[in-house]
Amino acid sequence: MTAQIEIDGVTKRYGAMTVLENLSLSVEANEFMVFLGPSGCGKSTLLRMIAGLESVDEGTISINGERIDTLPPGQRGIAMVFQSYALYPHMTVADNMSFGLKNIDVPQGVIDARLAEAARMLEIGHLMERKPGQLSGGQRQRVAIGRAIVKEPKAFLFDEPLSNLDAALRVRTRVELAQLRNRVKSTMIFVTHDQIEAMTLADRVVVMNNRKIEQIGTPMDIYLRPESRFVATFVGSPTMNFMPVTLSEKGGFLVARLSDGAELATTIRGDGVTAGEQTLGIRAEAVRRAEPGAINTVPGRVEVLERLGDRTLLYVRLRDGSMIVAEDIGMSRVAIGDEIALSLDGTRTHLFDAEGRARHAEDMSHG
Amino acid sequence: MADLALARKAETTEAATGRRRVQNVNAPLWRNAIFVAPYLVFFVLLLLVPLFWGMWMSLHKADAFSTGRFVGLANYTRLFNDRIFLQAIGNTFYFVLLTVPALALIGLLLALALNRQTRTAAVLRTIFFASSVLSVTIVTLIWRIVFVPGFGLLSTVYGWFGATSPAFLSDPKLVMIAIAIATIWWCIGLPMMLFLSALQQIPGDIYEAAALDNAGRWRTFRSITFPSIKRTFVLVVVIQIVLQFQLFGQARLMTNGGPNNVSTPLVLYIYDAAFKRWDLGLGAAASEVLFALILIAAMIQYAVSRRKGEDA
Repeated sequence: MTAQIEIDGVTKRYGAMTVLENLSLSVEANEFMVFLGPSGCGKSTLLRMIAGLESVDEGTISINGERIDTLPPGQRGIAMVFQSYALYPHMTVADNMSFGLKNIDVPQGVIDARLAEAARMLEIGHLMERKPGQLSGGQRQRVAIGRAIVKEPKAFLFDEPLSNLDAALRVRTRVELAQLRNRVKSTMIFVTHDQIEAMTLADRVVVMNNRKIEQIGTPMDIYLRPESRFVATFVGSPTMNFMPVTLSEKGGFLVARLSDGAELATTIRGDGVTAGEQTLGIRAEAVRRAEPGAINTVPGRVEVLERLGDRTLLYVRLRDGSMIVAEDIGMSRVAIGDEIALSLDGTRTHLFDAEGRARHAEDMSHG
Repeated sequence: MADLALARKAETTEAATGRRRVQNVNAPLWRNAIFVAPYLVFFVLLLLVPLFWGMWMSLHKADAFSTGRFVGLANYTRLFNDRIFLQAIGNTFYFVLLTVPALALIGLLLALALNRQTRTAAVLRTIFFASSVLSVTIVTLIWRIVFVPGFGLLSTVYGWFGATSPAFLSDPKLVMIAIAIATIWWCIGLPMMLFLSALQQIPGDIYEAAALDNAGRWRTFRSITFPSIKRTFVLVVVIQIVLQFQLFGQARLMTNGGPNNVSTPLVLYIYDAAFKRWDLGLGAAASEVLFALILIAAMIQYAVSRRKGEDA
């Protein structure tokens, strides 16, 4: 069973404060959709509105064309995994998982079969008679997911389900979720503030900020072609470099003059761009140490080194006083205080106007 | 001398190893006793000493002027041959049966109804708790005004419909019920508050999970709310059993045990024996019986609830 979810013009207010404003979005059947955004952007509220735990002030939410925002939570055919797991503390794991099924009078035989199947899938068979208090964080997480699976819902909602796990377990559970996703064919909506979870799990990511949607796209779309400066800042680590540039045009493409005078030829199309000061964005991996003899390099002095093993991040102070993050190989010989020259890849640049809207360099290798 | 030598030896070994023993901060220190001493003094003087003194006194023929002579269990024999004493035990059990379940259930219902963040709920919580701060004198005065025949509130209301109100303060079948009503009204604040604090401990998200699990109101109460506050329920019942076994003021002031001793509880019997007839030995013996009854009731309740807790 699966579902296509349509959110149309939804608004949510708490008193005078508007948390979500006229928000529309559609989730395809069987899609794994991630709502990504900083704390307080309204992503959890939106999820809870789909679940029926928050009322909808304006707009509608439908599943498979049937309006559900007026139905009580239990009748929407969805299951939710809470951040705190929300297991019933006085019930055994088996009772926790069967509670929802008993409430809608599912025959005991069916309940037993579904529990056994979920227990096998999640490897929690040996825990069925325990109480949540006797389980570890990771085991509780599995039980919470199991409780959702046995309901065979039209859609799964996950509210930051990994944020209470320690770092190692989080990575493992993330991988398991990705595997689970392949076995349980269903629509899934996953809320997180962690960009890695979003990038690794999602078919499509909805980046939210400040009551509205900034961008909807595949993880690579979001990363390579961020539609706004917010998305460019929020996704990617280290954060994209931003620098003020003066623009000119050459052969249909823009040439950016940095504040220290260096010129950078980009593959950003120049039509419709107003000349003058704008902001150029470039990720650290597109800023490298210049090969000897390279032209159009930017000189600077290394202030901080971050050795990540597979690569090294260089925090370089430019002549005009601004800081730029560059990437070097893991075995980089650069030391703090070194004067180095950087070469910026003009085909991997982004231009942001005063409103933060982006246009992107074209990848010339694909024509 | 030996001690000294030992101490010196310890000192030298300490010097030799060049290490001082580190004091364990959690080790018991006698000076910590100072902190509990003030409480301990009052506990011993005002609780332990009277407890054992009472036991000792119950074995003597004591009056207001002297402890008298040792009589063994004679006081207890007299007690259990006294029809009024046996009636007082029966009355007390009847009263506990009338009040404790009612207090627990009404307290729980009030808490469920008032467990919300509205201004009205806050005002109502205060009102329901307010009766608890009144003294027994005021409480009985209020309820006498309600129950008193002829011009009481109840008579007036019945009068509007041309009926005669039941004689709550003189009908032998009704006096205990009248005292129970006044007591429930007086004592309902504490159970309500205990239940409220227990309800507020339940995390909100398990109610949300239950809503998604299609649990209706009754199902949610039975499967989520009640199991979560079961311990508090037991606590309330134990506290109220202990309290209501000691009924005295209401019975003394509303009916003075009458008519014909049907509303004489144990404590009133003790009071009459010890401080009106100055038969202190008999009063002490009756007190020990009350002590034993309360202890047994509380223990049974505790044991039952513990066994249930392990099953669940």
